[in-house]
Amino acid sequence: MHRTGALYGQFKTLEQQKDSASLGMWIFLVTEVMFFGGIMLAYAINRHVYYHAFAMGSNTLSLKLGGTNTIVLLASSFTMAMGVWSAQTGKRKLLPLFLSLTILLGFIFFGIKYVEYAQKFHHHLVPGASFDISYCVNNPSKCDDISPEELEIEGNLIAQAKAAEPNLNSHAQLYFSSYFGMTGLHALHMVIGVGLLFWLLHGSLKGRFTPEWNTPVDIVGLYWHFVDIVWIYLFPLLYLIDRHK
Amino acid sequence: MSHEPEHSYTEHIVAPHVYLAIILTLVALTAITVWAAFIDLGRFNIVVALVIATTKASLVVLYFMHAKYSHRRTQLVIVAGIFWLALLLFMTLSDYISRIDYRGVRFPMTQNVDTRPVLRG
Repeated sequence: MHRTGALYGQFKTLEQQKDSASLGMWIFLVTEVMFFGGIMLAYAINRHVYYHAFAMGSNTLSLKLGGTNTIVLLASSFTMAMGVWSAQTGKRKLLPLFLSLTILLGFIFFGIKYVEYAQKFHHHLVPGASFDISYCVNNPSKCDDISPEELEIEGNLIAQAKAAEPNLNSHAQLYFSSYFGMTGLHALHMVIGVGLLFWLLHGSLKGRFTPEWNTPVDIVGLYWHFVDIVWIYLFPLLYLIDRHK
Repeated sequence: MSHEPEHSYTEHIVAPHVYLAIILTLVALTAITVWAAFIDLGRFNIVVALVIATTKASLVVLYFMHAKYSHRRTQLVIVAGIFWLALLLFMTLSDYISRIDYRGVRFPMTQNVDTRPVLRG
């Protein structure tokens, strides 16, 4: 396999070379679709059976934090797309800028996710021996980040849900297992994505990507947008159950 | 005879203003999905949420991921992927909704079902 300029020896044209690379990436992304699809299917069945517990769990999540993270991730997809555009049109100075912005937005996402996870640990909402869906309602002094009015609503919701599902505490753990499992796997994908972005940033500062050859930027872009799509589904599935009460 | 350049390259480049229009649509759809979640639509809340999410995902795939301008072969792989996902969801869910276990209990199981085996004879 020898390379003459931008073209590797096994390809006839640059177009064929790029098509082959993106085809390979899409086949990998299809396996990722099946991976997340299976997990979301398990979530759908559990949510159907234990609806009240899942709605209760969903109502403890912060819409402000989750919604902000959705916007942050969508914005990072935009800066990534602009990065691919910069590489395609040979904007040597813009490419590192857009890649850095994408990395920055990725880190903002991690920061907000950290705040959300920490809150769940403080509120005894992590599945395990100390899990207690009523913890904040019973110990309002320990949950000073929730206002008394919100706690009263939460207490009423728990009472209603308990009437429909006596095993609320164990079924709510199932919801939080799904929550940590799905958002955790999504965050793991983002950590890998940010790592790849740092690698691209390094390459872009060395001027490796040109309009003729920018396959890595294009391929990592596809991966980053896929991770965005996973979150596009996770947000309504996890945060928006039964919000109208 | 015309000489074709050896490295002819006809890649479709999406213009920045298209990306800008897409991101603004995505943000608007996010606001709409949050707003819709606060309206009581009964079992249709989840339908509305998933339709909006799928619209957003389609915009990302078509424009951000350039699927609209990709080679036919790549588009076929994407459609095949969606088809396999549909098979996974459809066949598993149809099994669950039509399942009746040995006690004659339909899915989803109601609370407080006696789970001990039935002794016949």
